[in-house]
Amino acid sequence: MEQTTPGTVAATSADQGYDMAIVKMFFTATVVWALVGMLVGVIIATQLAWWPANLGLPWTTFGRLRPLHTNAVIFAFGGNVVFTGIYHSMQRLLKTRMFNDTLSRIHFWGWQGIIVLAAITLPLGMTQSKEYAELIWPIDVLITLVWVVFAINFFGTIALRKVQHLYVAIWFYMSFVITIAVLHIVNSLAIPATFFRSYPIYSGLTDALVQWWYGHNAVGFFLTTPFLGLMYYYLPKAAERPIYSYRLSILHFWALVFLYIWAGPHHLLYSALPDWAQTLGMVFSIVLLAPSWGGMLNGLLTLKGSWDKVRTDPILKFMVVAVSFYGMSTFEGPMMSIRAVNGLAHYTNWVIGHVHSGALGWVGMISFGMLYWMVQNIWRRDLAHPNWATHHFWLATIGIVLYTVSMWAAGLMEGLQWRGLNEAGQLANPVFVDITRRLGPFMWIRVIGGTMYLTGAVMMAINFWQTIRGPGGDIAEPAPAAAD
Amino acid sequence: MDNQHKESEKAYGRFHRRFFEGRATYMAIGTAVVISIGALVELTPMFTAGSSLSWERGDWVTPYTPLEVAGRDIYVREGCYLCHSQMIRPMRAEILRYGDWTRAAEYQYDRPFLLGSRRLGPDLQRQGGKYPDAWHYEHMRDPRSTSPGSIMPVYPWLHRSKVDPADVTASVVALSKVGTPYAATDEASIQASLQQQGQIIVGNLSTAGVTAAWDDEIVALIAYLQRLGVDGKRHLAEQGGGQ
Repeated sequence: MEQTTPGTVAATSADQGYDMAIVKMFFTATVVWALVGMLVGVIIATQLAWWPANLGLPWTTFGRLRPLHTNAVIFAFGGNVVFTGIYHSMQRLLKTRMFNDTLSRIHFWGWQGIIVLAAITLPLGMTQSKEYAELIWPIDVLITLVWVVFAINFFGTIALRKVQHLYVAIWFYMSFVITIAVLHIVNSLAIPATFFRSYPIYSGLTDALVQWWYGHNAVGFFLTTPFLGLMYYYLPKAAERPIYSYRLSILHFWALVFLYIWAGPHHLLYSALPDWAQTLGMVFSIVLLAPSWGGMLNGLLTLKGSWDKVRTDPILKFMVVAVSFYGMSTFEGPMMSIRAVNGLAHYTNWVIGHVHSGALGWVGMISFGMLYWMVQNIWRRDLAHPNWATHHFWLATIGIVLYTVSMWAAGLMEGLQWRGLNEAGQLANPVFVDITRRLGPFMWIRVIGGTMYLTGAVMMAINFWQTIRGPGGDIAEPAPAAAD
Repeated sequence: MDNQHKESEKAYGRFHRRFFEGRATYMAIGTAVVISIGALVELTPMFTAGSSLSWERGDWVTPYTPLEVAGRDIYVREGCYLCHSQMIRPMRAEILRYGDWTRAAEYQYDRPFLLGSRRLGPDLQRQGGKYPDAWHYEHMRDPRSTSPGSIMPVYPWLHRSKVDPADVTASVVALSKVGTPYAATDEASIQASLQQQGQIIVGNLSTAGVTAAWDDEIVALIAYLQRLGVDGKRHLAEQGGGQ
């Protein structure tokens, strides 16, 4: 039973024989791309509050920078943070070095190269227009190759493992490696017209359904399952307690993986997509609440008996708020998938608020928690500014609240005003832009919230820099076996 | 620990532990099978039903002309779809604001689809014919001159940049490869088509006192925007009013 608790697996000798250099590389890339992606987010938020911020240049308009923001935060920040966690926890859980160091480096540099290419091509207007799959076809081919390298390295490490048992985090990582490959390939099938442009083999609503099957599962299998894997490893580590329920982890893993894949059509409710597909999407989205909350509860209940630590430890603070936001946004999502609710919410800022309660709240906060734990653990140094971690936590939390609440308000307002009719049965607000103008204050509140979140991340980066490079003393190596 | 020990002793815990947790191959195959079920159930009928049923096809929809293809490529390049949807939902307020709700067949030549996910600006599904060409010309130059209070960026480069007939030919050839019916895909025919349709728009613009050339990017974009929803509107009118 001992392997169900990572604490007993990994805290032996100080990662001797493991490839820690690759973990540090991904760690560094994570912090750099976090700042870039969030900065672009603040810029485009400002453009929506004050249009001259588009600067009148082709490559700085909202239409070209928004894909840059989403790609940077999802694939550059999110991708690198997941790879950091996977390369670190997997070696410890399986008690073996990564399968092949060269493959690790190809994966790392290949992934960073893809990000750089994205940062060049998207502002130039080179795009396939499918959300979170905008990159042009040659980059899509490169992504496929790098993913194959990663998969070989991943499954190779599993094959070499010295521990037969696969801890729950590994199941979640595995679903990520497999499903993202399937999604990426199916959604990216296209006929090239030039080196920079292609047209999908699907047309119209079939294209839309394939895309949202991809799009929703990018959320499910890029921003949820691997991060749940991180939660299953790093939350018990930080709390120094075993996972609450092994049985619940089995149940919610299989249910989540099975149900998520069905939920895509909720992005196309009230479209001309066949009703049966819309209804399936809605029903499965609602059922998805159960396994999502299974994961949340398993995370939160792991802290049973150590809630006093949450009061003082910023790492646990980040993680608890992350898991709570996971619970909130996985409640909100199913509600928004109900056709009647979606009729109001779709196309409004409410959706943007929902996405960011998941992205800033869940993905961002669990990542920060993991990074703060890791910087002390793999560099074996105390934080240069322990207080800053707490300040970061509060800046981020208040920033998220300002962001999501302003977007809820703006979303409800525009949704209601778009559909509002007067007594004569005519539109109460016939001029679209009149409604847009009323959203101005909320757009500014979002800029403030986003800026606070970014400021917290900048503090984290400085803190990490000074922790790693600064004069602080190294933490003594724990004696092997003593920790068990 | 004791607690967990007891749990895993239960029959299915024992099964899961032996069958999946010790054997990575089974775990991987299990995951692949489980994710495939929903994908196959939802996606397969879109391909098998599309050819035999008429819900997604209609001979009343015509493919985009080469100039409209060029305009659509510009629409994609500038990310217009990120703020403007092309999907009118079957709701009273939407129909009042934008026109008749969208039928599936209207999208049949849309590669990629451009339904959009956010309305920072109004829906454009039935934009075609709503405003004169010169309105769009001005709107792209300075959105606030036509829509006071708009938050849309300015797009002055569309009025300066040129459409390249060779590039449009490559697009039309690729689209015809994936099944869009085009009578001619050679560069000479496409250039002629671009020029012919472009000149009509240039003529419309000149009556409003605006000087443009047939190969200006803005002309291609206007051609695309003026095309949106027009086939559907005509068809629904012939069918007796639609809605």
